[in-house]
Amino acid sequence: MRKLVLYSIIIVSGLVFIGRLFYLQVYNTSFAALSEGNAVKIIYDYPQRGYIFDRNDNLLVENQPSYDVMVIPRDLKPFDTLEFCKILKIEKEVLLKKLRKARNYSPRLPSVIVPQLTKDEYAYLQEKTRKYEGFYIQKRSLRSYKTKNAANVLGYIQEVNDRIIEKKPYYISGDLIGMQGVEGQYEEELRGIKGVKYLQKDRFNREIGPFKDGKYDTLPVRGKDITLTIDAKLQAYGEKLMTNKRGGIVAIEPKTGEILALVTAPNYAPDLLVGRKRSKNFTKLYYDSIANPLYDRGLMGEYPPGSPFKTITALIGLQENVIDTEEHISCRNGYYYGRNNRRLGCHSHRSPLSMVSGIAHSCNAYFATVYRRIIEKYPRPQLGIANWEKHVESFGLGNYLGYDLPVGKRGLIPDSTYYNRAYQYPKYKWYATGTISNAIGQGEVLATPIQLANMTAAIANKGFYYRPHIIKKINNQPIQDTLYTKPNHTTIAPKHFEPVIDGMREVFTNGTASFLQVKDIPICGKTGTAENYVKIDGKRTQLTDHSIFIAFAPKENPKIALAVFVENGYWGARYAGRIASLMIEKYIHDDISRKDLEEWILSHSLEEEYAKPYSGEPFKINQ
Amino acid sequence: MARSIVGAIDWLTILIYFLLIIFGWINIYSASYGGDGGFVFNMDEPHTKQLLWIALSIILIVIILALEAKFYERFSSVIYVASLLSLLGLFVFGKTISGATSWYNLGFMGLQPSEFAKAATALAVAKFISDLQTNIKILNHQLKAFLIIALPALIIIPQPDPGSALVYVAFFFPLYREGLSVNYLIFGASAIVLFVTTLLIGPYWVVGVLFLSIITLLIINRNKKPNYSAYLITLLAIITFSFSVNYIFNNVFEQRHRDRFNIVLGKEVDSQGIGYNTNQSEIAIGSGGWLGKGWTQGTQTKGNFVPEQHTDYIFSTVGEEWGFLGSTLLIILFTTLFLRILHMAERSKSQFSRVYGYSVAGILFIHFVVNIGMVTGLLPTVGIPLPFFSYGGSGLWGFTILLFIFVKLDANRVNEW
Repeated sequence: MRKLVLYSIIIVSGLVFIGRLFYLQVYNTSFAALSEGNAVKIIYDYPQRGYIFDRNDNLLVENQPSYDVMVIPRDLKPFDTLEFCKILKIEKEVLLKKLRKARNYSPRLPSVIVPQLTKDEYAYLQEKTRKYEGFYIQKRSLRSYKTKNAANVLGYIQEVNDRIIEKKPYYISGDLIGMQGVEGQYEEELRGIKGVKYLQKDRFNREIGPFKDGKYDTLPVRGKDITLTIDAKLQAYGEKLMTNKRGGIVAIEPKTGEILALVTAPNYAPDLLVGRKRSKNFTKLYYDSIANPLYDRGLMGEYPPGSPFKTITALIGLQENVIDTEEHISCRNGYYYGRNNRRLGCHSHRSPLSMVSGIAHSCNAYFATVYRRIIEKYPRPQLGIANWEKHVESFGLGNYLGYDLPVGKRGLIPDSTYYNRAYQYPKYKWYATGTISNAIGQGEVLATPIQLANMTAAIANKGFYYRPHIIKKINNQPIQDTLYTKPNHTTIAPKHFEPVIDGMREVFTNGTASFLQVKDIPICGKTGTAENYVKIDGKRTQLTDHSIFIAFAPKENPKIALAVFVENGYWGARYAGRIASLMIEKYIHDDISRKDLEEWILSHSLEEEYAKPYSGEPFKINQ
Repeated sequence: MARSIVGAIDWLTILIYFLLIIFGWINIYSASYGGDGGFVFNMDEPHTKQLLWIALSIILIVIILALEAKFYERFSSVIYVASLLSLLGLFVFGKTISGATSWYNLGFMGLQPSEFAKAATALAVAKFISDLQTNIKILNHQLKAFLIIALPALIIIPQPDPGSALVYVAFFFPLYREGLSVNYLIFGASAIVLFVTTLLIGPYWVVGVLFLSIITLLIINRNKKPNYSAYLITLLAIITFSFSVNYIFNNVFEQRHRDRFNIVLGKEVDSQGIGYNTNQSEIAIGSGGWLGKGWTQGTQTKGNFVPEQHTDYIFSTVGEEWGFLGSTLLIILFTTLFLRILHMAERSKSQFSRVYGYSVAGILFIHFVVNIGMVTGLLPTVGIPLPFFSYGGSGLWGFTILLFIFVKLDANRVNEW
């Protein structure tokens, strides 16, 4: 009996130990990770980020070395803080605060104490750094900009935050990542692949050689260079023209869908977001909620398209065979409709007009008539709207275009569901006339500048467009993606484009933009003036009209199609039309013959207009 | 005579002994040298020294087996006294290594007499109990036995080497086998339970719980006439014990002892300071997984994260490099050895041999439990080696002598009458 007690003590102890081992080694897997963490040090070797070129191989973005002063708190020895602060030009309190923060983050892992020293600061500190144990200098690569423009296109680089690290395991604290623009969109191409070195450490955290003879080490892979479709000169010119204005210019090459210029105003210089001043500048830009310089109006601004949309109304009318090019429609200073004889106003012009002159003079009554016929071709307005919507959307309106930049808006092309809800159908019925503003690009219709530029390209191509894109070559290899090389056809037959294009040509020869003709360049265009409203203190207030212009040139074999939006610039030809015609001349002739026109645009500012709603005083519009 | 030895010797024990020593050496090699650059015969490296100690152990084994079995019984008292003197001599001639004066300096090595005192004490206990006049059920004889056991422990404690002193608890094995009242075991176990609960919840709660249990007992047994004096004595004893534990723990113990207990009891978490050893050793073992990282491939072992890894913490190397499979096999190997020794003790015809056998099993077992318990984080940190496995000449020889005297006694059973 006594024997058995001792036997069982031995056996039970053995079993307890085996159980404990099972728990430690098999059940609880956290120990393996802990082991890797404290015995193996990982050193990353960061590759050069790829360069960015414009379509003519002008270098836009390259790299510059930058030096961060890092600290590993537990390796710190007492040091002369005063001298150290003097070298780094920081306050003693700041240093102590940063050291405390670093220790809280981790005593064993490196933290940044002073980011992004200049070359001179680095050279000076490098001689002294041996005196300060625990500190070391980490070389990183920052962007260096050869251009002062296109910040919205290029995007920027920032240090990864916790959220990014969690979502994308490639990144570790302190890594840089491209945000916005092509830096964000083509991050994986540009960044390359960082190299990894595993080092065996001992318990004093000293490196004692490569881990497993470097079996798992990898070499860094350099980032790929990318070539953009942007024409740097045109981009710069566009930004210059938009100084002191708000809005956007989008220029597209119709036969490829390549974006030649993507201007948003106001913009900022890309090098503001590099180096030690980055966070201060970013905060300033980010919190400017009125001018909104970080907001890409070319891609994100949803505006009523205004009169340029009449070209679409005309095309659908021809395709649906509810109008021909000969029929004249009379205009009595507007279009009258409905039981109460409501009026859609028009400006004074000769009457009646056929299609070509209707476009040239932008007659509201003409297009209201055509639109109503398009909708009323069907027994119920729901069906009419659905058919209309199908045609409009085939031009890339009302939905994301799918271009290769990270931001965008859908715009709005209302469908029957939209009006059913708005008019509380079936409780109340609604008719074509209830949506009549769509005819002239007002009312519910909204589009972004890039959508309008794309629509213009589709008209220039007589019925198809290539998806707009910003990438031209990766590592000097032209992109082959069918996403960008397959044409998207509209629902309108090519023959119907002729009269519309003739109308757009007459806008310049004999219409609303006749004073904007350029010698030797037959431009086709369409002016637009869009009413717009904002809420001021909860009250819907009308502001000065947006100035809108779409154009392509030359008429035969078009090289450029663009859309220009100038917020509160009043009528279409006033600002947008001038800018569009200058842009076209710049791109095709690379020279401006009409210096007075250029001078007018450069010297006119809309800042006063933009200040009006915030002045708190009553103000007048459309002056 | 040589022929009879070969036939009667317990080859299973010998096999396990050599398996442990060889496997131990393999791990010492990995823990101390790291395995990059091939084998280097350098007398400064622990693994080469250990090789020498192993060779010397084999000479020791031959001598032990060659001696007459009766020699050990006859000279047990002399050996015991000599051993006590060697321990006392430390106070005069001892050499201090990391705070403990436990070594004689022999120039090329340090000799630790406490490692040999275990075998000497085992012989003395066996001799005393196997005396025809001794009856372990008599209190007077019990006290004498306790004195034999406690003397070396009391000399070892102030060296200070409380770990080595703790080993003498092992003699509960033979005493219990020979008829010591089980009450000692119950008493000891309750003391430990009370000790731990006092540390965990404080003496006031212990006393509170105690009152509640006594009231419950009184209600349950309300039909019987209660033995009030028994209740009262138990109550007073427990209260005194609990409060004195509290007092001793907080006022007599040094902070490092308190820390060790608090970490095992989970009252404190400190992975960098005092808990570092245990934490690192758990990480090393835990990172081994099912099959381990392979010999000399342990990242923790190579980085020397576990302190004293080739001595007291050698088991963490086994855990990391040989995984659950290897370390479980090692546990089974040890357990088999203990059970085998008990079996050999039981088949012996002389009481001396049996008591000695139980002492050997007890001593090896307590080393095993305390060491593995410490390395796997189940018990407080007490620095004692894993028998046959940890690096160290004195330790290896001490255990070899301890075990092989018993192998010799067992082989001699055929000559007993």
